[in-house]
Amino acid sequence: MKIRKSLIVLALLVLFTALYGFIQENPYFSISKKDVELKIPIGFPQPLYDLKKNKITPAGFILGRKLFYDPILSKDYFTSCASCHQRFAAFAHIDHALSHGMLGQFGKRNVPALQNLIWKDAYMADGGINHLDLQPLAPLTSPIEMGESVAGVLEKLRNDSLYPGMFNKAFGSDEINSERLLKSLSQFLALMISSNSPYDKYLEGKMEFSSQELNGLKLFRSKCETCHKEPLFTDNSYRNIGLKPDTSLKDSGRAAITGVNEDKMKFKVPSLRNVEVSYPYMHDGRFRNLKEVMNHYADGKFFTPDFDKSIEKAVGLSEDDKSDLIAFLKTLTDKTFLMDRRFADPAMK
Amino acid sequence: MIHWLRFSVLALVFFFSWNTLYSQANFSIRFEHAVGTEALILDSLQYKNVLGQNFTVSKFKYYVSNFRLKRNDGKEEFSKEVFLINEEDSGSKHFLLKDIPAGKYASVQFTLGVDSILNCSGVQSGALDPVNGMFWTWNTGYIFLKLEGKSPESTANGNIFEYHIGGYKTPANCIRQVILSLKERDSEISEISIKADVAEIFKNTVTLDLAKLNSVTDFHNAEMVADNYSKMFSILEESKAK
Repeated sequence: MKIRKSLIVLALLVLFTALYGFIQENPYFSISKKDVELKIPIGFPQPLYDLKKNKITPAGFILGRKLFYDPILSKDYFTSCASCHQRFAAFAHIDHALSHGMLGQFGKRNVPALQNLIWKDAYMADGGINHLDLQPLAPLTSPIEMGESVAGVLEKLRNDSLYPGMFNKAFGSDEINSERLLKSLSQFLALMISSNSPYDKYLEGKMEFSSQELNGLKLFRSKCETCHKEPLFTDNSYRNIGLKPDTSLKDSGRAAITGVNEDKMKFKVPSLRNVEVSYPYMHDGRFRNLKEVMNHYADGKFFTPDFDKSIEKAVGLSEDDKSDLIAFLKTLTDKTFLMDRRFADPAMK
Repeated sequence: MIHWLRFSVLALVFFFSWNTLYSQANFSIRFEHAVGTEALILDSLQYKNVLGQNFTVSKFKYYVSNFRLKRNDGKEEFSKEVFLINEEDSGSKHFLLKDIPAGKYASVQFTLGVDSILNCSGVQSGALDPVNGMFWTWNTGYIFLKLEGKSPESTANGNIFEYHIGGYKTPANCIRQVILSLKERDSEISEISIKADVAEIFKNTVTLDLAKLNSVTDFHNAEMVADNYSKMFSILEESKAK
C-alpha cells in the first residue's frame, strides 16, 4: 500500500516536471524582473522620458516586443516595425537609403538607428514628434509605411487570440486601447540602451585603444565633438551640413515643423553609436560608407550658403586622419547591444 | 433628551447630504450646430457662404476644454476637462462639468482646442485618445477643429474642402479662448446652450473663398481660420436650476 502511494506521488511528480518544462518558455526569450531594470549608464545624463509614468514590467516589455515584431500591425499584414528596424543594424535598415514601406513603396528618409531613445528630446530627422510614446503612430499610420489606422490596429489586436491575455498581464485587464499599445512599445524601446562599446570600456579603463584609435578620438574631439557630443554622440540640435539639396525628395527638414526659413535643410544630429553597422548615412542615405561621409566634410564643398560653420573644422582632413577617425568610430560598435537576446524576435523560437 | 439627540443627528445628516448634493450639482453644457439661421445637417443640406458659394458639410468636430464660469462677485469656477464635440455623435454635444455647481454667473469662458501641456504629455486616453482622429502623427499635436465638406467651387479632387486646424506652438498657435457673457446674471442657472455657427468660420473676420482655399496647409492660413472659428459661438439659452 505504502509503495503504491509513493509510486503514484513519483508518477505525478514526473508528470508535473515534464509539463512544467513543456510550458516554460525558451529561456533565450524569457524576460525576468532583472531584465527590465533600467540602469543609467555611468556618465549618461538623466533620461528625458519619464519612466515613472510608464513603469517597465516584464509583461509590458514582452507585449511591446511582440508588437514591434508583428506584421499584423500593418494594413498589408506584411510590414512590421522590425521590417525596417533590424536588430543587427542597431535597428536601422542596412543598405537601404530610403525606408521601404508596404506594397513596395519608398519613404523619403533613411531609417534611423533605435538606441538611447529616452535621452532624445524629439524624434524624426525633423524633430516633429515630441514624445517617445507618440513616435510609433507615425509609421503605423503613414500610407507609405504601415498604412493602418489607430482604430484598425486596435481592432486587429482585440480580435487576436493572444493579445487580450498579454494586455491583461501587462496592464491588469483585457482592455486594448491606444495608450496601452503605445506605452508597451515604449517599454520595449526604452530599454534599447547602447553603452557597452569598446569606447565605453576605454573610458572606464577596462580596455586599451590602439594608437590609431587614440588619434581618431583626439581628432574626433577637436573636429566633430561640437555636434556629436559625448557620451550620447549628439547634442540633440538641428544642423545644416551643406549637403547638395535633393531635387526629387525636396525635403526641407526642420523648416517643415518650425516654418522658419533658416531651418531649411537642417536635420537632427544623429548619434554615432553603432554607426559602423547602421549604414548608409545622412537623412536620405546618400552616403554608402563612412569614407564618403569623411570626404564630404574634408572636401569642404558645401552647397547651401547658410551651412553650420562648426563643420568647417573638419575641412582638410588628410587621408590618414580619415582612416583614424573611422577606426575610432568603429569603437562605438556595441556588440552587447547588437546581440542582446532581450531584443530578439520572439517568433524565432 | 434622546429625542433631541435623534433630531439633531437627523438634521445634521440631512444638512450634510443636502449640502454635498448641492455642491456636487453638475453644470450642463449643450452645443447646437447651425449654418447661419439653418440647423447643421451633415451631407444633405446645401448652404451658401457670403460669396454665394454653395457647400455641404460632411464633418464638424472640435475640442473644447478649460471651462470657467465667472460669478457676479468675480470669483470663478473652473473645470480642466477636455471634451470632443462631434456633429456625427449627438451625445457628444451635451455634457456635464463635474466640478462646477449651479450658480449666478456673469460669463462663461472656454478654450477652443487643447492647451500646450496636454500636447506635450505623450499618449492619453478618453477624448484625447489618438484613435479619435484628431491627432497629427508627423508633427505632434492635436487637431483642434475639423470642418470638411464639398463645394462645386473647390478645385480639389471630388470638389472637397478640408479645414484641419491645430497647433499649440509657434509658428501656428491656434489655441483660442472664447468668452461669452450671460444675460441671466441674477438668477441661478445650471445649464447653458451654446450655438456654434459654421457660417461664421467662412466670414468673420476674414472671408474664406472656397475656390481658393480648399485645405489649410500653411501656418498663416491656420491662424487665420482659428481667428474666425473663435468667433462662431453665441449663447442660445440659459436655464434656471431645477
